[in-house]
Amino acid sequence: MEMDKLGVVTTFVHNIVVYNIPLLYGTVGEIMVEKSGSLNLGVEGIMAVGAIFGYIVGCYANSLAVGILVAFLAGALCGLLFAALTVSLQANQNITGLTLTTFGLGVYFFVGNGVKAISWPAMNDYANIKNGFADIPIPGLSQLPLVGRGLFTHNLLVYLAVVIAVVMWWYLRHTRTGLRLRAVGENPGAADSVGINIKRYKYAHICLGCGIMGIGGYYMGLNMSGSFSSSCWINGYGWIAVALVIFANWNPVLAILGTFVFGFFNTLRVSGSSLAAAFPDVLGWLAKVPSQLYQALPFIITAVVLVATSIRKREGSGLPASLGLNYFREER
Amino acid sequence: MKKIFALILAMSMVLSLAACGGSGSSSESQSQATESQAESAAESTEGGESTAASDFKVGAIYINSKNDTAGYTFAHHNGITKAMEELGLDVNTQLVIQDEVLEDYDQVSTAVDTLVSEGCNIIFGISFGYMDALADKAEEYPDVIFSHATGYKSNETNFNNYFGRIYQARYLAGIAAGLKSLELGNNNIGYVSAYGTQYAETCSGINGFTLGVQSVNPDATVYVKELGNWADEVNESAFAKELIDTYNCCVIAQHCDSAQPQIAAADAGVFGCGYNSDMTADAPSAHLTAPIWNWNVYYHAAIEAAMTCGGAENFVTAMGGPAYYGGLNEGFVDVSPLTENCDPNTQAIIDAVKALIASGEWDVFSGTKLTYTVAEDGTVTVNKTAGALMTNDGTEIVAADGPSVEDGVITGTMNYFVEGVKEA
Repeated sequence: MEMDKLGVVTTFVHNIVVYNIPLLYGTVGEIMVEKSGSLNLGVEGIMAVGAIFGYIVGCYANSLAVGILVAFLAGALCGLLFAALTVSLQANQNITGLTLTTFGLGVYFFVGNGVKAISWPAMNDYANIKNGFADIPIPGLSQLPLVGRGLFTHNLLVYLAVVIAVVMWWYLRHTRTGLRLRAVGENPGAADSVGINIKRYKYAHICLGCGIMGIGGYYMGLNMSGSFSSSCWINGYGWIAVALVIFANWNPVLAILGTFVFGFFNTLRVSGSSLAAAFPDVLGWLAKVPSQLYQALPFIITAVVLVATSIRKREGSGLPASLGLNYFREER
Repeated sequence: MKKIFALILAMSMVLSLAACGGSGSSSESQSQATESQAESAAESTEGGESTAASDFKVGAIYINSKNDTAGYTFAHHNGITKAMEELGLDVNTQLVIQDEVLEDYDQVSTAVDTLVSEGCNIIFGISFGYMDALADKAEEYPDVIFSHATGYKSNETNFNNYFGRIYQARYLAGIAAGLKSLELGNNNIGYVSAYGTQYAETCSGINGFTLGVQSVNPDATVYVKELGNWADEVNESAFAKELIDTYNCCVIAQHCDSAQPQIAAADAGVFGCGYNSDMTADAPSAHLTAPIWNWNVYYHAAIEAAMTCGGAENFVTAMGGPAYYGGLNEGFVDVSPLTENCDPNTQAIIDAVKALIASGEWDVFSGTKLTYTVAEDGTVTVNKTAGALMTNDGTEIVAADGPSVEDGVITGTMNYFVEGVKEA
């Protein structure tokens, strides 16, 4: 069969976006949480909770907007739980985050299996969801060769993720509240002394960040056409998102780049042999890479990134100085 | 106040976790219930026959939760409960389950010990990796029957293994896919597979399907993409889309758990053949037919034999040998009812091939190829022509007119793709 070489590359670029956008939601959400000085390891569970409630309620309402809203609220509620435990009650953030992962996955299967036992809503039966999730080509840009379909023909939630990332970058960098939030994450004691309400800032941004993660989970569910089976839709993406935060140096716009880099290696597994078949001279070797290595690749990259960033000098790092430390006013 | 709040939050989290973990613990409570009932039953029938149907107990070791609503464990659990109901056994009291048992020697051994202490007469293990533990336990407990799915170990008395000729059902699905490709005038067919040549199970499935496709459309190519994993929903979907987008495939077949490849096919407006169970409901506009397992056929035969063979040591003899390998003829494998998406002649051709396989004159992997002539009135004639079974790199496996490939090869050592398969 004659391969459409350009088509193979276009599909590859398209797939990088389609299958890895949940990483961007997770990463951007986690950046917001971490900028407030809280390390939330529960991304995987929060995405799962957002996914299951967003999908089910969205289907019953037959509205993508309701789905997004419910996914956001479900994620934000998980955030509220996390904030209540770590901000108000000073619980250990690592343990609380890990517990939230277990909790979230439990809720996912509990609710999912429960609904399935009665009647599972199939995405195809809900025209508004199906059409709402369909690709919307960006006029003009989508006509470009190669990247037109790859980058500028996507569904609403893909664009939303990019918009959220850019808006958050602007918010953290150029607004007064953003500056105060960063102060809370760097040195809550100092922030407190100038009259910033630490608890309010932490609560609001943890909930907001977790809500964004919830939307990422919802995206994942929609991308799987809402077919619920014995494995979770999130499939480990939440964990990669935690590492991507470090890769992106706590910068939401860099997170877009990070998503692409991770997505590139993630998607090689799917498209590697097609690329090899299309360009046998240059990329023929891709077909000989065992699939197990492809499976391990994103995690190997994660490890490399973590090592590289921890070697990098503290100077210029976006790591909030008080990340992971609970703030207790009386100990100031 | 803070402490009370913390306590309430912690309690609510623990409670919800406990609710979610219910599947694991419920088997324990169920076994406790069965134990007490068994004791009372033993008291009431003291001195009576020990193999009475009401005393008979079935044990099962599952890899996933018995509460699953789809997938491998679900299929086996359904098969066992259906067989027990057919045989008049009470699923609530006479079936003891150990579920979510990993493929770990110690875990399986512990599960077996528990089931034996519950008084199980026959124990089914459904996952390949249970094999070594079951083999050793069969020696340790000669009075209990052990039966292992998909494995190859056995003994002469109380330990057998069971699997099915799913390649026959795949051949039939291949016919449906091949006819559809002829109708569409597109010779590219995709196949999302957990593994390729590493496992004889996946390899023989791909080959059986491809031979079926080629019996109706000799120009067709089956593009196989390997997941490298038995269950990976995200990539099952991605691989199917890749086959459709890049290789222009018009039918997507699969050897993986979820219905994602079928859903992807439906989204792209192409067609597909599912696996394991009828996937029509998941993708009504795409699904043609799926090769399916009727596990209850084996479980019925095995439990019936266990109840009547008069001692565990006679079980293997009663089953007619240490390896049960049922196929279309036993009804152990089949294809799900054809949908309206299929070419109108599909049913008649499949029925004709089923009849030929039932006659014992022909099987899928042999030196005889089939072609079909459909008369005006819809009657099908199957023509047999001599044709060597070739691999896709040109090696001859069976000479033209040669005999069928041995069962041991199909279940154990087949590691080549036949002509017409291309790795994608």
